Amino acid sequence: MNSLPTFQTTATQSTAPVAAARPKITGRNVNVFYGEKHAIKDVNVDIPERSVMAFIGPSGCGKSTFLRCINRMNDTISICRVTGNINIDEQDIYDRDLDVVQLRARVGMVFQKPNPFPKSIYENVAYGPRIHGLVKSKTDLDEIVETSLKKASLWNEVKDRLQESGTGLSGGQQQRLCIARAIAVSPEVILMDEPCSALDPIATAKIEELIDELKQNFTIVIVTHSMQQAARVSQRTAFFHLGILVEEGATDQIFTNPSDTRTRDYITGRFG
Amino acid sequence: MFLTLFGLLVAVAVASFVIGRSRSVSLAGNNYAAMHSLPGYHGSWLALTTVGIPLLILIVWSIAAPNVLRQMLIGQFGAQLGASSAAQLDGFWRDIQALAFGGTPGIRDAVRTEAAGVLASRQWVSTGLMIAAMAAAGIGGFMYGFGAIAPAFRARHRVEAAVKVFLAVSATIAILTTIGIVVSLITESMRFFSLVSPIDFLFGLTWTPQQMAFRADQVGGTAAFGFIPLLTGTLLITFIAMIVAAPLGIMAAVYLSDYATPQVRAVGKPVLEILAGIPTVVYGFFAALTVAPFIRNTGHALGLEVASESALAAGVVMGIMIVPFVSSLSDDVINAVPQSLRDGSAGLGATKSETIRKVVLPAALPGIVSALVLAVSRAMGETMIVVMAAGLAANLTLNPLEAVTTVTVQIGTLLTGDQEFDSPKTLAAFGLGLVLFVVTLSLNLVALRVVNKYREQYD
Repeated sequence: MNSLPTFQTTATQSTAPVAAARPKITGRNVNVFYGEKHAIKDVNVDIPERSVMAFIGPSGCGKSTFLRCINRMNDTISICRVTGNINIDEQDIYDRDLDVVQLRARVGMVFQKPNPFPKSIYENVAYGPRIHGLVKSKTDLDEIVETSLKKASLWNEVKDRLQESGTGLSGGQQQRLCIARAIAVSPEVILMDEPCSALDPIATAKIEELIDELKQNFTIVIVTHSMQQAARVSQRTAFFHLGILVEEGATDQIFTNPSDTRTRDYITGRFG
Repeated sequence: MFLTLFGLLVAVAVASFVIGRSRSVSLAGNNYAAMHSLPGYHGSWLALTTVGIPLLILIVWSIAAPNVLRQMLIGQFGAQLGASSAAQLDGFWRDIQALAFGGTPGIRDAVRTEAAGVLASRQWVSTGLMIAAMAAAGIGGFMYGFGAIAPAFRARHRVEAAVKVFLAVSATIAILTTIGIVVSLITESMRFFSLVSPIDFLFGLTWTPQQMAFRADQVGGTAAFGFIPLLTGTLLITFIAMIVAAPLGIMAAVYLSDYATPQVRAVGKPVLEILAGIPTVVYGFFAALTVAPFIRNTGHALGLEVASESALAAGVVMGIMIVPFVSSLSDDVINAVPQSLRDGSAGLGATKSETIRKVVLPAALPGIVSALVLAVSRAMGETMIVVMAAGLAANLTLNPLEAVTTVTVQIGTLLTGDQEFDSPKTLAAFGLGLVLFVVTLSLNLVALRVVNKYREQYD
């Protein structure tokens, strides 16, 4: 009855000892309040460098809220209050002296719904490098745009129409454009908030393939509703429920041998 | 009479609606599904068939009857009157109407009294005939409509078709009115251009219509109808107004939509919109009594020659007047830019001001441009502020410190007071109106093209 469904996990994690990786991001006793609502309760988590960590859990469990704490996107919500520590490379990102704009340049974000700017494909990718003054010449910028689009495996599809509007691309291409846009500022961490929820299976497969490649250079945190997706792309998985981090561990262990019954119930489809 | 009959028709319509509805309900019994249409549609159907044709008769008859009667009476008494000019016949018609239905006639004589008696009796006959026709049509329509109500009868389709016709008629009236205005503007302008050469009008550099000779024997001055000073005056004041209104309005809109707390916004936006509700004449005396003296005094203190009525004063006040047009519309379009674009930009490490300058404003550009175009049209059409603050002198100048005048002000001046409608001085107003119309229209078209070319479309 309680037998676990078989999830295909990537080959890398069985060979590479995940726990050995240095934590890039650490959360300690993180609490988030929306006004009176206690959305995240005492979350402690270590996110290893150059790997993919998946946050899973039912809707409203706080996984997106926690993700948005990592680049302080919650700052824009006036009633939101965060306590505890989140460190990136042992630096407290909620420190008063830290400039949130610089933090967001280090921690890129890809949103649930593709949101390319209503500008040309080229301008979409060039936007970040321009505002951060990363380039001195047009040739440098051209190069950044090309490499970013290549890393987002979009270059071959758009190289002949860089001046066309980014909003004219298909949904999957738009999402890869958003990933290219995030990569262009050379962040260390990329946060992905259900990046495939608005895409069809083929576009989803491409994004997942891309995530797998990107983890060589970036630390990736992905929120997803698809447990298959979490199993396919991530090395570690954290299960959130009602604002609590119930269980966190190597992805194959979470999906084959969860220690908490709530995790087991969730991944076997008993709720959520 | 018209209103009484119209009220009666409304009452009949309500009554037949109720009758039709209850007929439908009783036909349906307990089985509503057996009826094709809901009872309300049967009620509306019966009201339409009963009242529709009588209403049409009422409207057409009320418009046509006076003209028919007039023709009949002038035909009958015209010979005895011995008068034939249009003005005399108009006077005759007014007099007998006054005698017949109460009022003060201009001339009272035997012919007119007799004609009035005839008019009064014919009027009774006419009204009687009309009521009879309406009643017949109403009763016939009611019987037909009532008989048609049956389970299979498609009342909903009929009623919806009638509503569609009604909507189309409304749209047609609006469009025909516009066309009528433009056509009359063009024909009157043609009369003007037959008296004054269009070349002189469009390219002339002096505007002195006041120097028209009133009579043939008068030693008149040389009236000149050169339109250029008015155009430059209009453009100068509009330009000054836009220099004030565009930055103020757009920045106010950005503040309200992206920086203000919800509380500030809830208060600030309505307050700003109150500006649009102030009558322009109030702005006018604000301009004339406060702003113009202030500008003159400041100018004098700086050693500048400033006219007591200046284009600058009028332009600045007009700019303040149109700030709410720009800010309110821009605020709406800036708010309509999806939050996801702002988030996307912020997620890349853009500051709030970078996000607004590089993402939000470009995305909102089409709406902002149309807000500006509306403001320009408003500024060009504005009269009161200019009359009070910028004067009537048609100086050809680009110096904002001098008195200028605008097209609309001159139209107002030309048509104020007792005027002959066949002198070039009066007809010039139509020429000015036509040119103003063409200028505003082409501005709108150009702006539309610009917007379509540069718009950044978000889904």
